[in-house]
Amino acid sequence: MSRPHMETPAAPESLLASADMPSQSQIVQEIAARHAQLLDSPGALTELDFAPYRSSLLRHPTKSPHLIDPETIELHSPAFGERDVALIESDLTAQHAGEPLGERITVSGTLTDTRGRPLQHQLVEVWQANAAGRYVHQRDRHPAPLDPHFTGAGRAVTDSQGRYRFTTIKPGPYPWKNHVNAWRPAHIHFSVFGRAFTQRLITQMYFPGDPLFALDPIYNSIPRQQDRDRLVARYIHDDNVPEFSMAYGFDIVVDGPDATWFEGEDQ
Amino acid sequence: MTAAPERHEPSPAQTIGPFFAFGLQYPGMNEVAHPHSPGAITLSGTVRDGNGAPIPDALIEIFGADADGSVPTSRGSLKRDGKTFTGFGRAMTDDEGHYLFWTREPGAIDGRAPFFAVTLFARGLPGHVRTRIYLPGDSESVADDALMSRLAERQRETLVAMRSDDGHLRHDIHMQGERETVFLDF
Repeated sequence: MSRPHMETPAAPESLLASADMPSQSQIVQEIAARHAQLLDSPGALTELDFAPYRSSLLRHPTKSPHLIDPETIELHSPAFGERDVALIESDLTAQHAGEPLGERITVSGTLTDTRGRPLQHQLVEVWQANAAGRYVHQRDRHPAPLDPHFTGAGRAVTDSQGRYRFTTIKPGPYPWKNHVNAWRPAHIHFSVFGRAFTQRLITQMYFPGDPLFALDPIYNSIPRQQDRDRLVARYIHDDNVPEFSMAYGFDIVVDGPDATWFEGEDQ
Repeated sequence: MTAAPERHEPSPAQTIGPFFAFGLQYPGMNEVAHPHSPGAITLSGTVRDGNGAPIPDALIEIFGADADGSVPTSRGSLKRDGKTFTGFGRAMTDDEGHYLFWTREPGAIDGRAPFFAVTLFARGLPGHVRTRIYLPGDSESVADDALMSRLAERQRETLVAMRSDDGHLRHDIHMQGERETVFLDF
């Protein structure tokens, strides 16, 4: 059985642990204190300067971004089509000779802009850990088993109504080295394109009711609960495939102007 | 008068995390133009943190006009055919924080200063940041540029690539510090 092997380098192991390795309770206190500051003055949906997420300390910009009008190239976006992605790439359980272990799920939803317009023919990329919480990545040293039947990467292009659909298995939570006994809530990474390059978005989809939410500095880098809630998938019982898979719904809304915005379409 | 359409609240960004390579890499992703094809140059540089240390787990994406100033509309950024110019490229930094694209220099659109539009993601960045890379030696149109004309000299320098002796472009991105790159919001 060939084991998935990735050649691209990523962070050397030594960089992944935080310098101070605080306790979980300290991180929870820091999250609460930072939220209190941020909720006083409404700002970005996701706060880049969020110290409880230790690796952000030296990597977040220290100055506010310059608010400007986009130029032409920023109001357009790379074009994708069916030619770019094979249908099989949206089924993460069918990429190997056998069935992966874990809870088989579907994740489907609609990609729209903030005016509710569906974004058709846009690329959606996902990646995730396996059911045991292990990533197929040379530098993931979490001593949980790799699954020879699961890589955990998929792609789809949205249809004419902006819809996408993946079949996969539910990822497990996994430990990381932000603080002592740190565990990420189970999540699937989503990367999407919009009609404009300014709408480009990478985010994470979570599962409802995860007990790790309150403990996780990454999830909490979004200061407002109502904003965090939009990253939690809905369990949709009626969409289950009986005796086969559980269904989750996850709609994605990209922000920012595009070319038609400035041309005054549908005003 | 019609009522303003209901606003759909946007999805917040989250960090790309450390283990994105297996999900986002694809063959030729950094080859916006086929290497060594006519007009092809490299655009490369280093992404650095607040200590000046290279960031080895960043992802940079660029989108730019073709050399004649046309906005690319062709599909095929993912399955490259080696000749279609789609304007889009993706590069991951290596252990030295270094990224590299093969591309063509964007031409001016409607006489305005050309630049590469840039989105940057990294482990440790809770969301993405956006910036631009302008071309060197274009002081006239840059002076008229809506963004550049508002910036101090020191800030402008963070957005302009350097030309190497062999004609390629070099551009470093600094997340913090004296040379902190100017980042943008729209």
